[in-house]
Amino acid sequence: MSFSDYWQQLEWQQLQQGIYEASSRDVERALGSNKLTLENFAALLSPAADSYLPQMAERAASLTRQRFGKTIQFYLPLYLSNLCANDCSYCGFSMSNRLKRRTLTPEEIERECLAIKQMGFDSVLLVTGEHEAKVGMNYFHSVLPIIKRHFNYLMMEVQPLAQEEYRELVSLGLDAVMVYQETYHQPTYASHHLRGKKQDFHWRLQTPDRLARAGVDKIGLGALIGLDDWRTDSLFVAHHLRYLEQNYWQSRYSISFPRLRPCAGNTRQQGLMRDRELVQLISAYRLLSPQVELSLSTREPAWLRDKLIPLGITSMSAGSSTSPGGYATATEALEQFSIDDNRSPSEVQAMIQAQGFEVVWKDWERSYSG
Amino acid sequence: MPLQIADKSFKSRLFTGTGKFGSSQQMCEAIAASGSELTTMALKRVDLAHGDDGIIEPLQKLEVNLLPNTSGAKSSKEAIFAAELAREALSTHWIKLEIHPDPRYLLPDPIETLKAAEILCNKGFVVLPYCGADPVLCKHLEEIGCAAVMPLGAPIGSNQGLQTRALLEIIIEQSRVPVVVDAGIGSPSHAAEAMELGADAVLVNTAIASARDPIAMGRAFKLAVEAGRIAYRSGLATPITQASASSPLTEFLESLQ
Repeated sequence: MSFSDYWQQLEWQQLQQGIYEASSRDVERALGSNKLTLENFAALLSPAADSYLPQMAERAASLTRQRFGKTIQFYLPLYLSNLCANDCSYCGFSMSNRLKRRTLTPEEIERECLAIKQMGFDSVLLVTGEHEAKVGMNYFHSVLPIIKRHFNYLMMEVQPLAQEEYRELVSLGLDAVMVYQETYHQPTYASHHLRGKKQDFHWRLQTPDRLARAGVDKIGLGALIGLDDWRTDSLFVAHHLRYLEQNYWQSRYSISFPRLRPCAGNTRQQGLMRDRELVQLISAYRLLSPQVELSLSTREPAWLRDKLIPLGITSMSAGSSTSPGGYATATEALEQFSIDDNRSPSEVQAMIQAQGFEVVWKDWERSYSG
Repeated sequence: MPLQIADKSFKSRLFTGTGKFGSSQQMCEAIAASGSELTTMALKRVDLAHGDDGIIEPLQKLEVNLLPNTSGAKSSKEAIFAAELAREALSTHWIKLEIHPDPRYLLPDPIETLKAAEILCNKGFVVLPYCGADPVLCKHLEEIGCAAVMPLGAPIGSNQGLQTRALLEIIIEQSRVPVVVDAGIGSPSHAAEAMELGADAVLVNTAIASARDPIAMGRAFKLAVEAGRIAYRSGLATPITQASASSPLTEFLESLQ
């Protein structure tokens, strides 16, 4: 049994219809409920919920304060390599994009770690493209111990691996893995993933199952917003979360909601989700699950990030570079996507403090890892 | 009478936490206003290597006793390791033992907790275990040498009050070590209720840290805990739901010698 079996029972069109047909009565019922069903959640995602946005946002803010307090966790992505054997319509690392390819050596990684440590971070997210031969298990095996020496909490956003491989990385100090499905609509998935191993929809869909079984502490889910209807994709994310929570009660979960950003080779229309709708989505996730972590990257503009701080977000990156080696030396040409909030970590921290929140740099002890 | 736990005595029966505050200054002012003399902090939040975490240093200035906790540990092995780290880094052998493998409700694992508590007691720690409101488990924890027991009133951070009241009453009745009601206390009236039941102390974090004015709320809890303790010591009147009248059943008692 895996989420693939569960997914087979879900009908995209039927779920989509349920969202678009939700009435204000359905929204009110959802707002009045303490433990939300997935049907309640669908109502909160609906166009009908738009006029209830202030109530939703207030309730999300209060639930978040109760569970997480007045704190925001900080993490930073560390790009290890932009080599990639996939072609994905939306990604700057895509194989067919002509850009300078680079994979950090142990010495370069050490330098990046020191630069990141200098900024105050204790939690890093390792990012790579998918290149089995050059950036596979052998590479991870050699670089993880170097990185773990510097940081208590180690997250990864790399190609899906096998359960045994995850177990091995956990023993080297891996704490969390983010693996976004991009879209849960298989035909759309196929149309955006044109070449490479990423074409295997179900291998990706079953990854959180493998992660949980391998004992990874935290599992990150999400849909890439802008590929298909965000409301329906987000309802699938919620199904995925509920399925995982029921089957793997010892794992923690986080959700991201990246909106497509300009990058090399991406010619698609932007703005498929309005800012107002992003607030609706964040609030709906929080009402569905008081404990799930909600993460916001520097893809979003500074002014919007500032506004979203109190509403339900629990962790964010700040001062990110999306190109390998970007912290020790700035190199824009290699980046995966361009970021919109270019402020330094200390500038973002000052903004957070001004809103009465504390930045949590460290929230893990390495002795709990593995 | 002060509360005695292991080798320390406390005038305040309100224990506090350090999580969820908007700044370390706010945390310190709220703890000071609460009069608390013992405050717990998660080892995972403390930067042992650099000491620059905004928690330890301000607390040391407050001269409050530090109670490191093992929050984040999912097994006895991890908790023991964390306790030893805390003992070395913070030079205290007091430890609040928290093992919750369930990240959703953060409910304590009774089996792993008992296992870790026994080992830590044998290693010379003053062990204060966070546990379910299970009277039998509390007796076991007491027997293996825990300095106090810390049963929950409701799931942590839930502000639901003493949902486990019937079981807390049994624990308080049976315990030979101090009983500290931990988790679930959402308002000063809940804290007073626990003290009226005869709890030796309460631990409050979320209700103070998440208040609109954490400093004023710290003081409100101080007063409530004091009031509840005085009420307990004074002998509470029992609630009576009916007026008492003589009945034909008991009239004959008056004629008895």
